[in-house]
Amino acid sequence: MAGLATSLGAGAATNSLAQMPEIDTLFLFGSNPTEAHPIVSIYLKRALRNGAKLIVGDPRETWMAKRSDVWLNLRPGTNIAIMNGLIHVILKNGWENNEFIKNRTEDFEVLREKVREYDVKTVEKITGVPKQKIIDAARLYSHADKAMIVYGLGVTEHRTGTENAMAIANLALVCGHIGRPSTGIMALRGQNNVQGASDLGPAPNILPGYQPVASADVRAKFEKAWDVPISPVSGLKSVEMLDRACQGKFRGLYIMGEDPAQTDPNSHEVRRALKSLKFLVVQDIFHTETTQYADVILPGSSFAEKDGTFTNGERRIQRVRKAIEPVAGLADWQIICKIANRMGYPMTYNHPSEIMDEIARLTPIYGGISYDRLEKESLQWPCPTRDHPGTKTMYTDLFARPGGKAKFVALDHKDSGEMPDKEYPFSLITGRIREHYNNGSMSRRVPGIMELVPQELIELNPSDAKKLMVTDNDWVAVSSRRGKIRVKVHVTTRSQKGNVFLTFHFPEALSNFLTSEHRDPIAGTPEYKSCAVRIEKLPRAYRN
Amino acid sequence: MSNKKIKIILNGTKTVCDQGETIFNAAKKAGVFIPTLCHDMRLEPYGACRMCSVEVKGVPRLLPSCSTPVSEGMDIRTESRTVKRIRKRLVSLLLSNHPDDCMRCETSGACKLQNLAYEYKVDGREYGGEKWKLPIRQANPFIVYEPNKCIVCGRCVRICNEIVMAGTIDFTGRGFHTVPDTAFRTARTLSNCEFCGQCVSTCPTGALTDKKARGKGRVHELKRVKTTCSYCGTGCSFYLNVKNEKVVRVSSDFFGPVNQGDLCIKGRYGYDFIHSRDRIKTPLVRKGDKFVRTSWDRALSVIASNFEKIIKRYGSDAVGAFSSSRCTNEENFLLAKFVRTVFRTNNVDNCARV
Amino acid sequence: MASATKNKKPFVENLTIKVCVGTGGLAAGGQEVIHAFTRQLKALGIKAEIAKKCIKKTGCRGCCSKDVLVDIRMNGNSATYQHISRDKVERIIQEHIIDGNIVKEWLVGPEYHAFHDRKIKILLKQCGEIDPEAIEDYIKAEGYKGLQKALSGKPSGVINIIKKSGLRGRGGAGFPTGLKWEICSKEGSVQKYIICNADEGDPGAFMDRSIIEGNPHSVIEGMIIGGYAIGASRGYIYIRAEYPVAISRLRIALKQARKKGFLGKNIFKCGFNFDIRIKEGAGAFVCGEETALIASIEGQRGMPRSKPPFPAQKGLWGKPTIINNVETLSTIPHIISRGARWFSSIGSKNNSGTKIFSITGKVRNTGLIEVPMGISLREVVYDIGGGCPQDRELKAVQTGGPSGGCIPASHIDMPLDYDSLSSVGSMMGSGGMVVMDSTTCMVDMAKFFLEFTQNESCGKCLPCRVGNKRLYERLKRITDGRGKKGDIEFLEALAEDIKITSLCGLGQTAPNPVLSTIRYFRDEYEAHIFEGRCPAGVCEALRQYVVNAEVCKMCGKCFRECPAEAISWMKKQPASIDKGKCIKCGRCFEVCPFSAID
Repeated sequence: MAGLATSLGAGAATNSLAQMPEIDTLFLFGSNPTEAHPIVSIYLKRALRNGAKLIVGDPRETWMAKRSDVWLNLRPGTNIAIMNGLIHVILKNGWENNEFIKNRTEDFEVLREKVREYDVKTVEKITGVPKQKIIDAARLYSHADKAMIVYGLGVTEHRTGTENAMAIANLALVCGHIGRPSTGIMALRGQNNVQGASDLGPAPNILPGYQPVASADVRAKFEKAWDVPISPVSGLKSVEMLDRACQGKFRGLYIMGEDPAQTDPNSHEVRRALKSLKFLVVQDIFHTETTQYADVILPGSSFAEKDGTFTNGERRIQRVRKAIEPVAGLADWQIICKIANRMGYPMTYNHPSEIMDEIARLTPIYGGISYDRLEKESLQWPCPTRDHPGTKTMYTDLFARPGGKAKFVALDHKDSGEMPDKEYPFSLITGRIREHYNNGSMSRRVPGIMELVPQELIELNPSDAKKLMVTDNDWVAVSSRRGKIRVKVHVTTRSQKGNVFLTFHFPEALSNFLTSEHRDPIAGTPEYKSCAVRIEKLPRAYRN
Repeated sequence: MSNKKIKIILNGTKTVCDQGETIFNAAKKAGVFIPTLCHDMRLEPYGACRMCSVEVKGVPRLLPSCSTPVSEGMDIRTESRTVKRIRKRLVSLLLSNHPDDCMRCETSGACKLQNLAYEYKVDGREYGGEKWKLPIRQANPFIVYEPNKCIVCGRCVRICNEIVMAGTIDFTGRGFHTVPDTAFRTARTLSNCEFCGQCVSTCPTGALTDKKARGKGRVHELKRVKTTCSYCGTGCSFYLNVKNEKVVRVSSDFFGPVNQGDLCIKGRYGYDFIHSRDRIKTPLVRKGDKFVRTSWDRALSVIASNFEKIIKRYGSDAVGAFSSSRCTNEENFLLAKFVRTVFRTNNVDNCARV
Repeated sequence: MASATKNKKPFVENLTIKVCVGTGGLAAGGQEVIHAFTRQLKALGIKAEIAKKCIKKTGCRGCCSKDVLVDIRMNGNSATYQHISRDKVERIIQEHIIDGNIVKEWLVGPEYHAFHDRKIKILLKQCGEIDPEAIEDYIKAEGYKGLQKALSGKPSGVINIIKKSGLRGRGGAGFPTGLKWEICSKEGSVQKYIICNADEGDPGAFMDRSIIEGNPHSVIEGMIIGGYAIGASRGYIYIRAEYPVAISRLRIALKQARKKGFLGKNIFKCGFNFDIRIKEGAGAFVCGEETALIASIEGQRGMPRSKPPFPAQKGLWGKPTIINNVETLSTIPHIISRGARWFSSIGSKNNSGTKIFSITGKVRNTGLIEVPMGISLREVVYDIGGGCPQDRELKAVQTGGPSGGCIPASHIDMPLDYDSLSSVGSMMGSGGMVVMDSTTCMVDMAKFFLEFTQNESCGKCLPCRVGNKRLYERLKRITDGRGKKGDIEFLEALAEDIKITSLCGLGQTAPNPVLSTIRYFRDEYEAHIFEGRCPAGVCEALRQYVVNAEVCKMCGKCFRECPAEAISWMKKQPASIDKGKCIKCGRCFEVCPFSAID
């Protein structure tokens, strides 16, 4: 999200889901909503039924790609190149929105200079997308009236993730496709409260509401409210904490509701770090790969057992309500309070609504939120005051950057951290399927789902399958420089030649043993979407 | 829809409404209730059940209000004698091909047909005649289909094709034997069904029911709690249905600002984890290679003393916390605050930086 | 008119042999007759070349009860034979063609002439005359002149002519065609469609099939003119797959029209582009309903949808669409080339032109007739149809297909036009006409039609799906002899409710046969219910066997044969049948040597 924050001012989707059916040109990039965001896909399908044109940028031939007007079947990790190529075509043909560029953006010349290098021939070579498709897509997108770019984790889970998002912002800004209803950039978030978690500041360099710890004013406000001094120095990112743990310099960690041992890439390294910690508290609803390393395990509460709010991918703050008592007696927020009280800092909230009141006091974008209001209306931040109706479309007149203008960023294509080679000839893409969710701790406990999708399958293109002499349900070993797993084969044209696909829902065949250690240097996001693997056929008699 | 206003006469009262909107919607806005079985706000107007038929002056036939747009000066009567007679007729025709087993029907109490039968005091027994005797379909892990209770309103067919675009079900047969079904009556599989349960959410009778919730409680016994889904970041809202401190079903919130009642397989059917036997139910403390159960009091003491020890010896920057995008806003805020106020460091992070 | 042969033989001049190979003709062996003529003429040596050229395939002429019909035209004279089969060919060649003596006993009779030689014929005139597979024949008969004339003017001019002519849609409801076109022409959409509805589903109706089989180009020409008038560039002919002959002739005709430049880009160099595709229907009766037809073309299940919006505003693929039936479209070229005034001079007020009826049932001559609108029912039934067989009394005429109504014999002098028919509770429909005499049971007849419509219901709307089923079941109960007091009122009330609530034309009109038979023949219903008797003696379950004591010779045969021991008999006494025990098997009736059992 740092990408959009750099270009536009805030790291969030610019529009509302409800505006999607009116889109007339949809650019779906690095996202497979029919599997990963089924309800968002319903909005997009409605747009298609209303006659919207569809451009899909995805290395996999997804449901949407099959129905697209232009499918940009780019190689994994070539997002910046394709975006620069599209902008190149648009500028070359004079399809850009000059008025918008002049009035509402800055640094356009820098971008113009940069994309000069990205003519369609060069881009075709980098991305593997035929020239004509790039031109067609550029024409469709730039000529649209209501054009929306919807992107997903296929954009951000690369080592250039943050820059990829900026490249997308560049494209939208060049065409002036931002700041109007049904026109903008929507990022589809992976987890239920990713937006809220980044809004509310459990991050080393910012305090709740994207307020930097480096700012003295911000610190002063929080110091006064919380009655403690706050360090102006950024803390450690999660990766850094784990790295330091390996070095023995970081000793005590409190993990609430995360499973880094399974969901972080390069799992072997993560596990070594967890082992090196002197004291680890893990709070979760189930035993996970991570709880094995804990010194104390605290029972977490599920969403059904507590009051609170989630903020969705379109910045909408919605209530979570307690349906049953916490199974272990305490909700997560109560546990935090109890530990704080034990350690000498009093936290005395009677109900999460009081926490929200404190958030509203300290966080301008949530300034107008209260449980009373949420009972009656559905609000999207920014909502600074009690009488503010919330914001459906962002940036209608000003961007959230100093000066109110959006910023073009000149970007260069960089290969993925690890490219396929002779030894590891396949590109592995990881992602979700509709029936399961993340580490599977929830969805694997639903009997019907396990009946439908009981195990991991690696998706292979028919021609690759032929070369490897495997067919559906054969066992193969998939290995990378970091690890090896065994899975069954599913042959499908959804995967293009040279690409294979795995989920990360099954601990017994965990794709994150394979994924690489490369990360986005700005956000620290791991490169889940691209690494090099080798596939070997296992004897038919093999059983897991 | 244009913003032009036009005037109609609704049950003798002059009413202003938007040009192009249906009689049904105009009446709804004016507070006039018209019964319907085949209409769902999520779907295109269809006009199959005819329950919403109204009388319009100058038109010899009745017009379906759900699919007829208003026009200037239209004189509409929604409760005339003919209209009431027709509603009685239609409900009784439906009941003439409906099993009389409300007493053990899963949907009893939430069934639109049952309500209408009660309101119009009909039972459809005067017709005699043939009734369907189709087998119950149970192969689906989440959805039970009892075709004999189907009233062929087409809502499941339309929601599957119009909204989900999965194309799993359509009408089969003709005339009296028209019934929604899968192609060649095969069991639904992953290749053609998304198991989203939208068909169940729109079914007005007990023909389609959630398998897991069968026998777990009727509508009046359930406490319904509106909440937000905890899977992906779309933010769908729904109701948790609770009986005796157990979540037994998820039902649609048709006014959910994000999803209008639609859900996916995980949102609608993925709630078993809440009451899973694997849940961690008490605090656990490591003893060698094993974990032993302990009290909250003891667990909290261990945590407090250990963190205090580390901070004392190695400083605040030797400790930190990971927060989760699975937790609520309040909990995330609280953890951010906790690390700053209790640990006195900025070492806090989450996986939401993407 | 047939083309003449160029070869002149000493004794045969301009020999033309025409064999009817419409579906009826083919079924009766038309193809074999053609083969026989070809082979035998060839065998006779010198006539071989002639035979190949002069034998023409002609389309249906509507008089299928006389098939195979063969015309022999030579030396300026012509003769028409009926019921010709392969083995009759030799004698015709020998006596007629070679010797010049007509085979009188095989000639068609006066019924044929009553049928065929009507004064006014527009649509069927060329059917049976021209070769449907040769575009030149059609062009020679003034074909595509209307198109040329239409395209030389403005589209609005075409619409005006059609409006002035007073042409009303021949498919059923009789909506003015010109007005329909005008509405559609004013829709702003760039893409529009014209659809020819050739999904002829009424049992016993085959006028559309005959027109297409006999003169496919007239339909195509009508569609092109219509397309020009409304601004459509694409036409669809939706035709039942059960009409393979019609479909293949259409395909040939389309190919020829494209070759001649009547279809395709820049027709007659006036910048108008138009082409036609054929879409075969899968035999659902309801697909004759225009919105269901559209759904079917779109590849969906053929189910009607609510109107408005009407297809002229939002039709195929959501674009403005005109749907006309075959008869309407093939009338268009005639109106354009001969003028609105000519057309409106035929027929009666508000009902101009001619209409084709297919007349079947208890009538001597069955088949297709083209008559001016407004002709009296009497003329059709008696003058053309030849009255009921065995001079039985006419009881009623059912018009408008399965969902039309019954017209009792008392209305025999009413004119046949849209308005008169609907005023007596029936309708024009596609022009089906079933004649009924005293041997027809009206309850059974209503049941027959209901069985058809409830089977063909698409199942979408409740009143049609379940309501008509319940109507049928109640009718069945009555004809099975289990009728109860109140059944008639039940039928009337239910039928009325179905009429006013059903979604499409099928459901709205399906109860018509019930309502109109109750209206005119209530006594027959009452006889079934209260007296346990079927006046026409049709309903099996109500047939009663009684011994006519005056005729009975007291032989005892029936007593011995009765399987149910329902007959009591003692010597020297007439037998008697116990109604309670009788199972109505009819055995006694069959075995009685003296016809003493009624």
